[in-house]
Amino acid sequence: MSADQPILFIAEGIGKSYPGVRANDDVNFAIKRGEIHALLGENGAGKSTLVKMIYGLVKPDQGHMEWLGAPFAPADPARARAAGVGMVFQHFSLFEALNVAENVALGMENPPRLAQLSAKISKVSADYGLPLDPARRVGDLSAGERQRVEIIRCLLQSPKLLIMDEPTSVLTPQEVEILFKTLRQLAAEGTAILYISHKLEEIRVLCDRATILRRGKVVATAYPAKTTAREMAELMVGSALASPARAGKAQGAAQGAPALEVRGLSAPSPIPFGTSLKDISFAVAKGEVLGIAGVAGNGQDELVLALSGEMACAADMIRAKGESIGAMGPNARRARGFVVAPEDRLGHAAAPDMSLVENAFLTGAVQRKLARRGFVHWAGAKAFAEEIIAAFDVRTPSSDVAARALSGGNLQKFVIGRELRQSPDVIVINQPTWGVDAAAAAFIRQAILTCAEGGAAVVVISQDLDELMEISDNFAALNEGRLSVPRPRAGLTMEEIGLMMGGAHGMEVAHV
Amino acid sequence: MGDINLSVLIASLMVASVPILLAALGEMVTEKAGVLNLGVEGMMIMGAICGFIAAVGTGSPLAGFIAGAAGGAGLSLLFALLTLGFLANQVATGLALTLFGLGLSALMGQGYTGIKPPATVEIDFGTLTDIPFLGRVLFSHDWVVYFSLFMVAAVWWFITRTRAGLVLRAVGESAEAAHALGYKVARIRLAAIAFGGAMAGMGGAYISLIRVPQWTDGITAGAGWIALAIVVFASWRPVRVLVGAYLFGGITVLQLNLQAAGSSIPVEYLSMAPYLVTIVVLVAISAGKGRKTDAPAALGQNFHSVR
Repeated sequence: MSADQPILFIAEGIGKSYPGVRANDDVNFAIKRGEIHALLGENGAGKSTLVKMIYGLVKPDQGHMEWLGAPFAPADPARARAAGVGMVFQHFSLFEALNVAENVALGMENPPRLAQLSAKISKVSADYGLPLDPARRVGDLSAGERQRVEIIRCLLQSPKLLIMDEPTSVLTPQEVEILFKTLRQLAAEGTAILYISHKLEEIRVLCDRATILRRGKVVATAYPAKTTAREMAELMVGSALASPARAGKAQGAAQGAPALEVRGLSAPSPIPFGTSLKDISFAVAKGEVLGIAGVAGNGQDELVLALSGEMACAADMIRAKGESIGAMGPNARRARGFVVAPEDRLGHAAAPDMSLVENAFLTGAVQRKLARRGFVHWAGAKAFAEEIIAAFDVRTPSSDVAARALSGGNLQKFVIGRELRQSPDVIVINQPTWGVDAAAAAFIRQAILTCAEGGAAVVVISQDLDELMEISDNFAALNEGRLSVPRPRAGLTMEEIGLMMGGAHGMEVAHV
Repeated sequence: MGDINLSVLIASLMVASVPILLAALGEMVTEKAGVLNLGVEGMMIMGAICGFIAAVGTGSPLAGFIAGAAGGAGLSLLFALLTLGFLANQVATGLALTLFGLGLSALMGQGYTGIKPPATVEIDFGTLTDIPFLGRVLFSHDWVVYFSLFMVAAVWWFITRTRAGLVLRAVGESAEAAHALGYKVARIRLAAIAFGGAMAGMGGAYISLIRVPQWTDGITAGAGWIALAIVVFASWRPVRVLVGAYLFGGITVLQLNLQAAGSSIPVEYLSMAPYLVTIVVLVAISAGKGRKTDAPAALGQNFHSVR
């Protein structure tokens, strides 16, 4: 639709360096009016840095940009917005304690009075099929609704270019479908959309052209509709990818007595704006992988806290091998072969400023008996850390560096490896491959499957549906603190999964 | 005890509350921007001595209050330089600021003990002052009392009704998000810190120029800490700050009256009563639902943008 449209934006020879990293190197690309243009690349390929330059948050070191034929160098986001650039951030730039209208007002140059603004928000949200109540506090909204706030904030300024940074990572399949309809409608009205993602199937469905980045450089420009997902993936990664496989199911997996059983787990959330758990029940047998999907903020964090023992509940609500452990703390559970890897690498799974040896000690102490009469057995802790580093191919100069110094993928391999190396009977992992490059993700998934083959019961909580489809035997979804009944993964359709995740949360298709 | 007159009691509690009311309002604005400045006590006492020196030197109480505000703001700018410029820990810097302020004020105050500052006169409301009860309560004060009440309304209006107030709250909720939208986080926080310092300084000047009125070392006697506590237990709301400050002032005045009336309660218990009762009442008010979400989410977190 956009082949004969005039050029809106050009980047020529853009370069940007951070200490030790060349984030962008001689990047050239152009966006036409009314075009949906994908910016594709792995984590760390330089996508975010590039769009931050267009939005005026970062200044390029080299090169120049053009907007409608004139030189373009926005000094700050306000100038970029004035020129017609709107941006929806990956990590939402919203303020939880403020309401929808106040959040929208903060993103505008000259907002009208709040009453008029509220009326405008209601109108635009109805026009694009994204219902929103302007008076609601953003902290109480679902992730999908928060994204609507960001989109509407941009739409109110009638942007010429709308930048969307990984918009679908927090949406259900139905919400994705509605978002795409909105984006196509915008493109048809002449708005160019720069769509950042690493989800290839989405890009094939939605985008007209794709610029593929690898390590800060443009490696190809593709027409997604005419390119296979595999071709694009290989351009993105620069090599062929292997998918994880399991040699065979553990014997008697399905029939075995449950290694982990959760019955009627209900608990209020200890987190502000959190979701309380409501009557959650499931059982996982030895050798089984249960995948739990759900949009962020539907009780995942709380479920992990309840399973790890950081949040106590009634003793009978959680049973491991027939023993009631609901009232036990984390170390008592670890002593029973129960390991948990939380989502947040820096701060929850690992102490950022402590060394890998110290971090290995923190959860390995009980299982590996690294504390004797209150004293730390440092040699044992170091041996354990080095065992993890070797077994999980963690790239680090030594085991004495701070956890913070490792890259995301390497630290994730370390924290997952630390739990899996404790020969656990029950494994709970939240977001095993969040923000990890494709090679490390494949490695982690393979390690989880290997543990399951060895007879461990595994619960994987993830927002990445493809990942759950790849590794789980049974599948369930969290929605507003409730868990759907687990079903065998084989034979589930995307539509059924979407409904398990709560459908479209009351969204409707655009009707202009 | 029967000789404690209610109208006199209310009128004097309004005066007694002014220092902590001003300091707490200023600190509230600072904290709304996400900055935890524990140096209120130090800024108050710097305001007290700067105000005292200026008022004695010029003979004008007004010049004293302006100098007091400038002294408090000056010390707060040191805090801003350390926390915004060098990203020093806010808690440690604030505590150090208090110790520094106490020491510096004692040094500056040498030679000023025993001197009387020029008196601040009550505003003349004419016959209004003769209205029974209300006249004594409402129309018998110096200008700073009315200024402090005006500031409660002004801060409330600024925080809840203006765009600048909205941006200030946004910075305190999430500096990253505010920066991503293009707001100058450091500049906004600098302004909030300076405002908090000026208000604390004025509060301190009120102690040395009107409440006491003379100079002694450590004259603020912990008022800055009470102001800090009031901000927290008032859930960062201006009207509740007023309630907390008046409660503290009221009990202070009451216990002084009780002491003077020769109450049988030991003096030590009466002296601790204002601190204890204020905290207990404010905890009771702020307990219950919603309390977790009152604090600015980014309170005490430094922010540094990479460009």
